[in-house]
Amino acid sequence: MWDTVKLIALAGIVLLAAIAANYARDVPYMVHAIIIMLVAGGMFLYTIRRVGDPKPEPDLGYMDDVIRAGVIATAFWGVVGFLAGVFIAFQLAFPVLNFEWAQGYMNFGRLRPLHTSAVIFAFGGNALICSSFYIVQRTSAARLWGGNLPWFVFWGYNLFIVLAATGYLLGSTQGKEYAEPEWYVDLWLTIVWVAYLLVFLGTIMRRKEKHIYVANWFLLSFIVTVAMLHIVNNLSIPVSIFGSKSVQVFSGVQDAMTQWWYGHNAVGFFLTAGFLGMMYYFVPKQAERPVFSYKLSIIHFWALIFLYIWAGPHHLHYTALPDWASTLGMVFSVVLWMPSWGGMINGLMTLSGAWDKLRTDPIIRMMVVSIGFYGMSTFEGPMMSIKAVNSLSHYTDWTIGHVHSGALGWNGMITFGALYFLVPRLWNRERLYSLAMVNWHFWLATIGIVLYAASMWVTGIMEGLMWREVDAQGFLVNSFADTVAAKFPMYVVRALGGVLYLAGAIIMCYNLWMTIRKAPAKEAEAPAMAPAE
Amino acid sequence: MQESTLLREMADNWMLLVMFTLFIGAVLWPFRPGSRKDHEESANIPFLYEDKPAPDYPEGKGEEAAR
Repeated sequence: MWDTVKLIALAGIVLLAAIAANYARDVPYMVHAIIIMLVAGGMFLYTIRRVGDPKPEPDLGYMDDVIRAGVIATAFWGVVGFLAGVFIAFQLAFPVLNFEWAQGYMNFGRLRPLHTSAVIFAFGGNALICSSFYIVQRTSAARLWGGNLPWFVFWGYNLFIVLAATGYLLGSTQGKEYAEPEWYVDLWLTIVWVAYLLVFLGTIMRRKEKHIYVANWFLLSFIVTVAMLHIVNNLSIPVSIFGSKSVQVFSGVQDAMTQWWYGHNAVGFFLTAGFLGMMYYFVPKQAERPVFSYKLSIIHFWALIFLYIWAGPHHLHYTALPDWASTLGMVFSVVLWMPSWGGMINGLMTLSGAWDKLRTDPIIRMMVVSIGFYGMSTFEGPMMSIKAVNSLSHYTDWTIGHVHSGALGWNGMITFGALYFLVPRLWNRERLYSLAMVNWHFWLATIGIVLYAASMWVTGIMEGLMWREVDAQGFLVNSFADTVAAKFPMYVVRALGGVLYLAGAIIMCYNLWMTIRKAPAKEAEAPAMAPAE
Repeated sequence: MQESTLLREMADNWMLLVMFTLFIGAVLWPFRPGSRKDHEESANIPFLYEDKPAPDYPEGKGEEAAR
C-alpha cells in the first residue's frame, strides 16, 4: 500500500518536473526541473524493483548507516568547497583566471557564492546533520525516530545543495548573502528542515535518559532558529511559477535589516550553536572526561541564545538603518563576548588534568586549537562591531579574515576532529590508519589559517587606511585601483594559506579512506561467560 | 506609527522587562541548592550508551538500571 502511494507520488513528480522543464522561462529553472525529474525517476525505478520484497526486521540498535553517509558527504563537500575557495582566491590575485571561455559561469562573482555555500551549508551542514544524529542517539540512549526519515533528511539536504550550486553557476540567485537560492529551492529546504526537526525532536522524546544533555540543547536551538531565519528572510513572490526569478516582500532598509538579522544568526546559530553542540559532545569524549562545568554550559547556552539574536544590525553601521538599531546591535555584540569566552573556557578546561593528551593525541590538539580560534574570533567580532572600529574595518578584507579565522579555525578544525573521532567508531575500526597524517593535517591547516588571517589583517587595515586618507586640501589621496594594486602580495599569501588548508583536508580524506579500508577491525567483545556445553 | 518606532517602544518597555527577567532566571536556576548532583549525572551522559540504546525497562526504572 505504502509502496503504491510512493510510486504514484514519484510518477507525479516526474511528470510535473517534465512539464516544468518544457515551460521553463530560464535556463537554471529548466536544468533544475530536469535534475528533479531524473532524481524522482531514479527513485521510481529503485522503488518499483523492490515492491513486494519482504521487509527486513526492524533494527533496534543505533541507526548509523545514515551517519556514515553523512561523514562521506562532509569530507567530499569539504574538499569541493576548499578547492573552490582556493581557486577564487587565485582569481582575485590573478584576474586572468576569470577565463574568457567560461565568462558568465566561472568568474569570481558566480564562484564566490558557490564557495561560501559549499563550505558553510554543504561541508558544515552535512557535518552538523550527521554529528547531531550521532550525538542525539548516544545521549538519549535511543534509536533515531522516524524510520527512513533520516535518510530523507540526508538525501533531501544534499539535493538542496546540488540545486543551489548549479543555480549559482547558471545565474539563479536572489542576491542575499548566504541565502542566495531562489524560491523553489528555499521551499524544498523548508520541507527537508521540518523533517530534520521531527527526527531530532522525535528521538529526544523517546529518550531513555531523564535529562536532555546540553549538546542537544545547542543542536535543537540551531535547528529551530535556522528554520525561523530561513523562512522570514526568504519571504518572496515568484514572478512566474515556471521561472526562477522572485521578488522580495521586504524592500529597502527593512530588507537589509532582515537579511543581516538572518546573516548574523546564520553565523550565531548555524556556525556557533550547532558546532558548540559538537564541542560539548566530542571534546569530553575525546578527552575521556566530563565537561569542565555543566553549570557553565547551561549559562553559556542561555546567554548565547538571548544575546545573539540582537547582534545583526552591526553589519549595517553607517547606513540607512536607524542609529538606535545599529547601537543596539553593537552593544549586544560586545556583551556577547562574555558568554562566548565562558564557553571557550568550559571547552578548554575540560582538559584540566589531561593536558598531557595534547602531546600525544593530535585529534584533541585539533579540537583545542578549534576552541582557541572560537575564542579569538569571538573577541575579534565584538571588537569589529564597535562603530569606531567598524568605520575602518567595514568593506575591507579584515572582515574576510575574521570570517575565515572563525570558519577555518573553529568550524573546520572541530569538524575535522569530529570526523577523526567518528570514522573508526562508525566503521568499527580499532584506530585511525595513521596518526602521523593527522599531525600533518593539523600543522598544514594551522599554518594555512595563520597565513590567511595575518595577510587579511594587513591588507584589510591597509585598505581601510588608504580609503580614508585625505591630503591637506581634503581630497582623497588614493583611488580604488591603488588599493587593489597594493593588496596583490597579501592576496598571494592568502591563496597559499588556502592551498595548505586544502592539502591538509586531502590528507585527511586519504587517511579516513585508508582507515575504512586497511585499519584493523575492532575485536568483538569477548562473551562474558563461556557457553555451557 | 512606523514599524521601527513600534519595535522601539516594545523593546524599551515590557518586552525588555520580560526578557531580562527570563534571562536572569535561567542564569540563576543552575545555582539552585541541590543541583550539584544533578549536574554531575548530566555531565556523564555521553559516557553511558556508546554502543547501543538503553534496553526497555519499565517506566522510570531505566536510569537506575543503567547506572
